[in-house]
Amino acid sequence: MAERKHLLDVDDLEREDVENVLETARSFSEVLRRPIKKVPSLRGKTVVNLFYEPSTRTRMSFEVAAKRLSADVMNFTTSTSSVEKGESLKDTALTLEAMGVDAVVVRHPVAGAPWLLRQWLQAAILNAGDGMHAHPTQALLDLFTLKDRLGELEGKTIAFVGDILHSRVARSGIKACRAMGMEVLAVAPPTLLPPVPLEGVETGYDFDAVMPRCDALYMLRIQKERQKEGRFPSLEEYTRLYQLDARRMGKARPNVVVMHPGPMNRGVEIAAEAADAPHAAITAQVAAGVAVRMAVLFMLLGGGEGGERIA
Amino acid sequence: MRGLPDLVVKGARVMDPFNRIDEPMDVLVSRGRVAALSADLEAEGREVIDAQGLVLAPGFFELHAHLREPGREDAETLRSGLEAALRGGYTAVCCMPNTMPPLDNATMVEGVAARAGELGLADLYPIGCISRGREGRELAEMALMHLSEARVRAFSDDGSGVADAALMRMALQYVSAFGGLIISHAEEPSLSRGGQVNEGAVSTAMGLRGIPALAEEVMLARDLLLAEETGSRLHLAHVSTARSVRMLREAKERGVPVTAEVTPHHLLLSENDIDGYDTVFKVNPPLRTSEDVQALREAAADGTIDAVASDHAPHTVEDKEKEFDFAPFGMVGMESTLPVLYTGMVEAGAIDLMRLLELLTSGPAGVMDLRPPDYGAGISEGARADLVLIDLQREWTLDAFAFASKGRNCPFHGLRVKGKVLCTLKNGKTAFRAANVGGG
Repeated sequence: MAERKHLLDVDDLEREDVENVLETARSFSEVLRRPIKKVPSLRGKTVVNLFYEPSTRTRMSFEVAAKRLSADVMNFTTSTSSVEKGESLKDTALTLEAMGVDAVVVRHPVAGAPWLLRQWLQAAILNAGDGMHAHPTQALLDLFTLKDRLGELEGKTIAFVGDILHSRVARSGIKACRAMGMEVLAVAPPTLLPPVPLEGVETGYDFDAVMPRCDALYMLRIQKERQKEGRFPSLEEYTRLYQLDARRMGKARPNVVVMHPGPMNRGVEIAAEAADAPHAAITAQVAAGVAVRMAVLFMLLGGGEGGERIA
Repeated sequence: MRGLPDLVVKGARVMDPFNRIDEPMDVLVSRGRVAALSADLEAEGREVIDAQGLVLAPGFFELHAHLREPGREDAETLRSGLEAALRGGYTAVCCMPNTMPPLDNATMVEGVAARAGELGLADLYPIGCISRGREGRELAEMALMHLSEARVRAFSDDGSGVADAALMRMALQYVSAFGGLIISHAEEPSLSRGGQVNEGAVSTAMGLRGIPALAEEVMLARDLLLAEETGSRLHLAHVSTARSVRMLREAKERGVPVTAEVTPHHLLLSENDIDGYDTVFKVNPPLRTSEDVQALREAAADGTIDAVASDHAPHTVEDKEKEFDFAPFGMVGMESTLPVLYTGMVEAGAIDLMRLLELLTSGPAGVMDLRPPDYGAGISEGARADLVLIDLQREWTLDAFAFASKGRNCPFHGLRVKGKVLCTLKNGKTAFRAANVGGG
């Protein structure tokens, strides 16, 4: 990890790197429980949150993470809707480069945008979600949460349920879970699955049938426009077939872990009784987000191995 | 042509698909025409090109180029595009009508044709729109474009498919009155909408919306049925999938009056060649699977596909240097077609050199139903001296920044290739000559 400069997707990381991030995140999560939740590790470093998509949650998580490490943080939030009039991605990148920033955390509605930035910038690039493509820090915080709940992940089974086709959370999450030796199921109506099966993933359409096999259930957000695109006939029908509700929870393993990347559509992909049950690790995911992003920032920007890492 | 000295091209291997010639000969060019072919011509008093070890062929015919004039002269002009053609060995070019405004009426096509005539570079054959404004709603004035000075003989809404089946049917019926050709850009918009790359493993891995092979195949199947029913001639632009090839082959066997073209990039590149998120590889139809590539190569070899067309589509650097979804589709091709196909098809053993030359000359001429004196006399006595001289031994590195085209969006940039156009003669005049050609 020491020689790695960017985090664009989880396949940038070896399993050893993942273990390393999770271990570092664990130390940082202790820092976050102290009365003074700040360490000087990245003092003098500048981190820019470059967000082309509204995402208060992810941006705040990165911002808090960087500030806890004493980095200077700048937020650059814009939209691509005025892209014809606005500055090109390249010119924005060159501007940031000229300002001498150390890391750029980028969220962009178009897949691959972080890869373009990497060509134009010397700074470390952290992908905070690109199009339908990748969301590596989400995958890492999900692993952190899963490990916390399930212990060893090898051989455990997780089902990703819902809009796999359009989900960067699922794409990166599935890769990360596979890398840790988990069995991965993808459960969705056929119109919300990728055009070709994902490697090493078992595909199913029947949520109830796979329920008893799962150690973890990862519920994906359903965007209302998918119904308008005609990918399923109605939210009611979707809900009937794929919502995680109390009835379905009754068929699950007693210690099943329920996860969701947020923000939830309560009453669509997940019912309140599932979201608020003790099985739910959804707020734990948010907490893990800060620690994991601290770990990633630290490992990409913090310089030398170990040593002064947690002051 | 008076005043030009006579020219002897000495010792070239003359390869002419029109007249089935493949032998070493001297060729005398006089007053813009081929005046004599013979084993040994007297050189005295004449300009001589020493062409020992070189191939002399008829100038190539480009079926499908976007020259961007009018409207996007920052991306290409008639001048830069037709100069690019000459450098690529083409002496005649069809330009697609998706300009701004589109070439959908007689005045527009005459304007473009007249301007090209003044330039005196490669010949220009404008293609007219099928529908007014290229909007797919009502027929454009195709007969008036045909009767105009531009003599438009082929029509296409290239850039988008004609989604309305009734309109396509009427277009096919209508042009049969004057022998016009309808060119189908087969793309069903409801299936391709929002797509960026071929739908499948690569689109999934890249997180990009896919353009399914079906988007082409559904409309292509429809257009084959419409051509069969109306009996009108149909040409299929940039065929890109194995199933399209299969349907085309079956239609030809049934006697449907259909021809088809394939691009160099669809013959040589697959979706697996998309490098990172480099938008130079963003093209429509998209680069498909390696199975599709294989089927296209076989179809180009066995005659199912009639012609190679480069689908030359220049874009400015700033338009291409964008997020993948925001960059326009298209690649430039005219200056790389010969070397990449010689290297990737002939040297690779997929086709022989004569077949490659057919795909670049007699194939497209057949599609456009062109005859002498317009195009197609080949290298015969009295033929217009539109000729290309090729060095097949020359190894070199393709450099898009050295192109005459304004477009730099060439997926083969930096590729080591074999085969180079050394000289292009247009009406007997040296219209392009590579810097380091030997001669007398």
